[in-house]
Amino acid sequence: MSETNFEPRIIAFLCNWCTYTGADLAGTSRLQYPPNVRIIRLMCSGAVDPIYVLKADLAGADGILIGGCHPGDCHYQEGNYKERRRVVALKEILKGAGFDEERIWIRWISASEGQRFAESIREITAAMKEKGPNSTKSEWAV
Amino acid sequence: MALSDERSQMNPGSSALEHTVGAVLVVGAGIGGMQAALDLANSGFKVYLADSGPAIGGTMAQLDKTFPTNDCAMCIMSPKLVETGRHRNVEIMTLADIESISGRAGDFRVRLRRKPRFVDTAKCTGCGDCAAACPISRPDEFNAGLSQRKAVYKRYPQAIPNAYAIEKRGEAPCRDACPIGQRAMGYVALVRAGRFADAYRTIKEENPFPSICGRVCNHRCEDECTRNEGAFGQPVNIMALKRFVADWWWSQDASVRKPVAEGPGQRALSSKNIAVIGSGPAGMTCALDLVRKGHAVTVFEALPVPGGMMRVGVPEYRLPPEVVQREIEDILAEGVKLELNHPVDDVPALLQHGFDAVFVGAGAHQGSKLRIPGADLPQVTLATDFLRAASLGDTNAQDVRDRKVLVVGGGNVAIDAAMTSVRLGASWVGMSCLESRAKMPAHDWEVRDAEEEGIEVFPARTFKEITQQDGRVSGVRSVQVDLHGFVDGRPDFTEIPGSEEVIAADIVIFAIGQVPQLGKLKDQAETAPSGRTLKIDPDTMATSLPGIFAGGDVVTGTTFIVDAISAGHKAAGSIDRYLAGKALKIEVTRPPVVELDKLEVRQRIQASPALSASRIEMHKRPAGQRSQDFDEVYVGLSEAEARAEAARCLGCGICSECLQCVYACRANAIDHNMPARSIELQVGAVVLAPGVQPISGQIKPEYGYGRYPNVVTSLEFERMLSASGPFGGVVQRPSDSHHPHKVAWIQCVGSRDPRCDQGYCSSVCCMYATKEAVIAREHDPHIQPTIFYMDMRAFGKGFDAYIERAEKEQGVQYVRCMVSAVKEIPASRNLRLSFATFDKDGHPVSHEDEFDMVVLSVGLKPTPETQKMAHLLGVTLNEFGFAESPDFRPSTSSRRGIYVAGSFSEPKDIPETVIEASCAAAFASADLAAARGTLTRQMIYPEERDVSEEEPRVGVFVCHCGINIGGVVNVPEVVEYVKGLPNVVYAERNLYTCSQDTQEKITRVIREQGLNRVVVASCTPRTHEPLFQDTIRQAGLNPYLFELANLREQDSWVHRGSPEVATRKAMQLVAMAVAKARRLRPLQRGTLNVEPQALVIGGGLAGMTAALSIAAQGFQVYLVERQAELGGHLRHIYTGQDGCDPQELLQEMIERVSAEPRIQVLMDSRVVEIKGYVGQFRTVVETRAGERTELVHGVVVVATGGQEIRPKSYGYGEINQVVTQREFEEQIKHVFGQNIEKTPRSVVMIQCVGSRDSEHPYCSRICCTQAIKNALEIKKLNPKSSVTILYRDLRSYGFRERLYRQARRAGVIFLQFDPENKPRVSHQSSQAGLEVEVLVQPENEKITLSAELVVLSAGIEAEPGNAALSRLLKLPLTAEGFFLEAHVKLRPVDFAADGVFLCGLAHSPRAVDETIAQAQAASVRAVGLLAKKELTATPIIASVNPRLCAACGVCVEICPYGARRLEPGMKYAEVIDVLCQGCGACVVACPNKASQQRGFEFLQISAMIDAAVEEL
Repeated sequence: MSETNFEPRIIAFLCNWCTYTGADLAGTSRLQYPPNVRIIRLMCSGAVDPIYVLKADLAGADGILIGGCHPGDCHYQEGNYKERRRVVALKEILKGAGFDEERIWIRWISASEGQRFAESIREITAAMKEKGPNSTKSEWAV
Repeated sequence: MALSDERSQMNPGSSALEHTVGAVLVVGAGIGGMQAALDLANSGFKVYLADSGPAIGGTMAQLDKTFPTNDCAMCIMSPKLVETGRHRNVEIMTLADIESISGRAGDFRVRLRRKPRFVDTAKCTGCGDCAAACPISRPDEFNAGLSQRKAVYKRYPQAIPNAYAIEKRGEAPCRDACPIGQRAMGYVALVRAGRFADAYRTIKEENPFPSICGRVCNHRCEDECTRNEGAFGQPVNIMALKRFVADWWWSQDASVRKPVAEGPGQRALSSKNIAVIGSGPAGMTCALDLVRKGHAVTVFEALPVPGGMMRVGVPEYRLPPEVVQREIEDILAEGVKLELNHPVDDVPALLQHGFDAVFVGAGAHQGSKLRIPGADLPQVTLATDFLRAASLGDTNAQDVRDRKVLVVGGGNVAIDAAMTSVRLGASWVGMSCLESRAKMPAHDWEVRDAEEEGIEVFPARTFKEITQQDGRVSGVRSVQVDLHGFVDGRPDFTEIPGSEEVIAADIVIFAIGQVPQLGKLKDQAETAPSGRTLKIDPDTMATSLPGIFAGGDVVTGTTFIVDAISAGHKAAGSIDRYLAGKALKIEVTRPPVVELDKLEVRQRIQASPALSASRIEMHKRPAGQRSQDFDEVYVGLSEAEARAEAARCLGCGICSECLQCVYACRANAIDHNMPARSIELQVGAVVLAPGVQPISGQIKPEYGYGRYPNVVTSLEFERMLSASGPFGGVVQRPSDSHHPHKVAWIQCVGSRDPRCDQGYCSSVCCMYATKEAVIAREHDPHIQPTIFYMDMRAFGKGFDAYIERAEKEQGVQYVRCMVSAVKEIPASRNLRLSFATFDKDGHPVSHEDEFDMVVLSVGLKPTPETQKMAHLLGVTLNEFGFAESPDFRPSTSSRRGIYVAGSFSEPKDIPETVIEASCAAAFASADLAAARGTLTRQMIYPEERDVSEEEPRVGVFVCHCGINIGGVVNVPEVVEYVKGLPNVVYAERNLYTCSQDTQEKITRVIREQGLNRVVVASCTPRTHEPLFQDTIRQAGLNPYLFELANLREQDSWVHRGSPEVATRKAMQLVAMAVAKARRLRPLQRGTLNVEPQALVIGGGLAGMTAALSIAAQGFQVYLVERQAELGGHLRHIYTGQDGCDPQELLQEMIERVSAEPRIQVLMDSRVVEIKGYVGQFRTVVETRAGERTELVHGVVVVATGGQEIRPKSYGYGEINQVVTQREFEEQIKHVFGQNIEKTPRSVVMIQCVGSRDSEHPYCSRICCTQAIKNALEIKKLNPKSSVTILYRDLRSYGFRERLYRQARRAGVIFLQFDPENKPRVSHQSSQAGLEVEVLVQPENEKITLSAELVVLSAGIEAEPGNAALSRLLKLPLTAEGFFLEAHVKLRPVDFAADGVFLCGLAHSPRAVDETIAQAQAASVRAVGLLAKKELTATPIIASVNPRLCAACGVCVEICPYGARRLEPGMKYAEVIDVLCQGCGACVVACPNKASQQRGFEFLQISAMIDAAVEEL
């Protein structure tokens, strides 16, 4: 696969109430964005287990997005705060272990921000294209 | 006081009704009707939902997208359709109209007339086979007439009920005229379509002799043909078409001519034997019918050939013997036994010889002669004998070769005898009769045919003698007469003296009538008074002898074949009933006969060249040729002629009753004889939501609608945009299908136009035009939309932002002017619009601009049918024909117990319609509170299947969603891919997976395939998951064994440009869903009790209304108000519409709230803490003094209100004479009202102060009306005061337009300004007053006004406290700080969170009546929950595996709801189900993976991750 037509694979863990709905709104608004993202719906961004992120990384995802409600808007009060703290820690750990922590993104996108969702996917896709394929899978292959 | 008494008496819900019925009739099943029905059904009432059409869904179903979210109308409505369709307590009644009403509020009797659908909805599968078979095309009203549908049709693909209906206007006159009810319109339609075999089958339905009746019938059908009236051309040549079809049939190879009826072997046989005497049309028809009913029939024929008079009475050149023979053989092939040469002498004796019944159809073969001298000469014969001999080739018969023949008689038989004589070689043939030439019994064309063949006619004669010479006939001596008519069957005439003459002849043939040969029967059975024919009961065909029936000529004397066939059918029916021991007589009700009025006929004929063509006759062989032989005189039509002639049919009955649908329907669902029914309902209340119709584009002739094809109405354009519309969503010009570039919208067509009697604003057109423009560009970016408008009325929540985006980002051009005319440019069919604007210097400039297409934004008005219904119900209408609702009592009608909702009371958009529907439901629910739950039924599901021991068997249903998914994603490829996934045992694709028929299919497939997991790949789970979950539950599966793959919102819609990639993504999304589905486990829903109290936050108008309504519906309410007094913003409103006084309303409400025992008011209090969830809220309320109370309640209504914006401009706060509208109102009430002298002599009002600017970028909706109201108040106080209103767009929507016009009439001056150049207010130099400088638009003219008072319309902003409350309740706010409802269109008073509702200014700025409606709506939504004793909890909660739990307690710490519990002595941390909200925090925190989130388990998500990265 040459660098120019590399299509990154992005897994997005989105909360049911805000970002998943925002992604739907991008659809109802017919906003076009790159087809590289695969969305996994969870009830809350706070339910995104670091193991999911790690697993996705190891499985070969080139980018990982965690999407939740804006700070203060969490349907479950503060799940997004919890996740934010977790992701900070996870990135540190991953960096230490030699992973590319820049492949992990966290974004607050509300139910009314279809545009922001589409833009985020464009941005992440472009950034991951720039970065090239995730080599973790081959490096960590057992 | 009197007023107040009267009001409370009239106020619905304020006093409980006695003896109420727990059922409600909702009339009109559009979005409003459905909402009212669902609200009422969920609140514990039985609902009858009646609609005059064949399906529910109303106008919204026709819309493409909805503003301001651009949601697809069908997408958001579909779940509601299905919910309504499957709700146990909603009974849908389509094709139903109100006939009458009696009784009183609380207990009405309503009579509904249900028009027949002709399709049994219980049997119809919606497969559409009937429509494929139907030959009748009609303009499809669902597609605004832009496409065609069949006479049997379904209104739209997702229609509920998912069943077809047949459109009939009545019985066609041709069918009605025919004694056997031949479906002439039916087979004519089939001939037009080239479906000749089908046409033959339709003819055979009633007529066993198509070839014969296609030749010799007297075709009364043609006499009654609607076209048989001077101006409409001549009747359709129905007989020729019948002959064409029959001859075509017999020209086909025998293998093609499959029997249309089932063969003898397939019938259930009776043990009865029937004898039929005579093998003519009556006898053979009767025999055939009886054989088909399973009886054994033997036909006895005296002659050596079968066919009776058809064979021996009609000459060959008219009816060839082989034609008779083939049809007789067809009948015999069905099992009729025929005995030739078998005269029956003693009819009754047959009953002793093994026959159970006898039908006598022996005909009338006995001719007669005039009793005049010479009649017995051997050369005098009878026409019957003569024709019979000719037919049978009897050589002993009278030889007419080279002889002169005179036929005496003037009927068909006489003509037959004369023309046969010609063919047999007579040297001269004449005919003579008593009647004048014009009155001869034979058809005129027959006489002319005869004359053409050289036959000489001697009419108007009486005959004295047959002269003879040498014992041979030499002539007939006759005298000319003047016939006056017949008296008692005897001729009355005067002989003309001196007219006697002898007509020379060698042979005389009498053709003066014939009678039956009754034989012994003459004495055995009763005869008619003449003694010549048998007497029968005309209803049953029974003779005086039991078991003996008779029909045909033997009863009637000589008539027509079709009458004999009719007699045969009738007798067969009677005999069958006789044999079964049933009553012989049956009641047959036939539908009314269609009568098209002349105008309609003329319009139809003008509409089509085929219809205006003239009648095509059969070709006649030349007289010289045809008289030489016995070949047929007439040659049948060619195929092209037949089809052209068939195309002349006007299609009077709409449905042609050809029965092709019946043959095609495999479900046996069609019944063309379904009668109309009248049913009576007992209901406690009636909600009217019949909707409105778009005004015709022709209301403004200057725009050319109807003349120029490229001028369309907005509804037509809406259908053009629709993916499921006539052009599949491609915007194209009707004239040439070209893609238009420049498209113009002309606003206010039929709105705001008193000249065409439309003095109101239709409220929705500005927004829908913008939406159409935006969507059109989305379909085709080359389109340049221009909208010509007067005022842009974007007054709803989020509307202004929508218009702004349309203009700034989506290239929609807005031109503010009136278009004076539209002219078509003939060559291009483009349209030239004339309009005038002003240039920068204020000079008017006229423009002419060319567009490819013009869309007329037509307004809305009630239909004549709904107006009629309103009169019937005693519901008062306003001057525009809308239902009148008092300003402060929205949704109420002039009749107690009858409520109105939606556009029927005023044009309105979808959310307002939904709100009003709920409002009406709330009133009805309050009226009938005592009867709640008395007539409802509970949902019963089959027992859940235990699938725990089964291997996963996954079924996948991939949806095309019309072209929404299918137009981008290659759905068949996805299905093929899915079939290869592990555990997938079944995969298929559907056009619309959400439609009711697909739901039924899924249920069936689950059972047939033993599925235990279901994946639907369609749209977002947010809208459709509950629907599919319910479906699989009904199939016995746990609803959580279900997964949705979102192929629409997250694939096809966002990757429209790359179908291949989108297809691969779709495959992967389905693979991920399947991966999860394989690991899904059944989940159980816990139940939780509902605390039957409501908390209403806010004691303003909205809060008080909601509280009163909930209380009236029978539930306790806590009403919390921050302030020390109730009333909120309403305290500051002094002027109302139509003389309603807001302050009086306020006082009355406060009194009612205080008096209501079910309401507990907590004054001077605020909510400081809310815990719990739907059904079980615990709220802490704190008074100003710091006193805390905990309230327990099941639901929350947020009614926190809003406030007037405090202006920061125009010198407000600095100049005393600059006030806000609110302050102005107070002054009017307290100052000017008290002392008219103080009324300012000049007032300038400035609109949009604080609204529609950067700080408040929305319209405050109420200010225009408020300004107009206040201006009128000033004019009322002092007509000499000058009032000027400076505005941007005058938004007096709906009937507020009346106020606007009233204000203009009263002399209020309206001046428009530009937001870029706002007016300037300054102190006037000379006097104490103010000066307002304004650059007036569109003239761009600077003027200066002096004013004693400047009034600022300051608009409404959100209550600052909303932010805090939104955090407490975890509810979202809009950018402007108002609360954000669950769905802008369809859930306007709900929040996404269960159990919390919204109304009033907390939602958005709105007027008093709108606030009341919304508060009522919120109340019934709340009661929908309170009325349930228990709710089922979400099963998506945490669970714990005790074996893995280390009891570390992390979960307990992290849980925000206190739903995890670990106490000393416990071995693991348990989950308190009802408290767990399913956020998953504890699951992530658990170091041992002992906690899992149900429905989102670790292994399920892991499997999705694996599937998501897999290379395809």
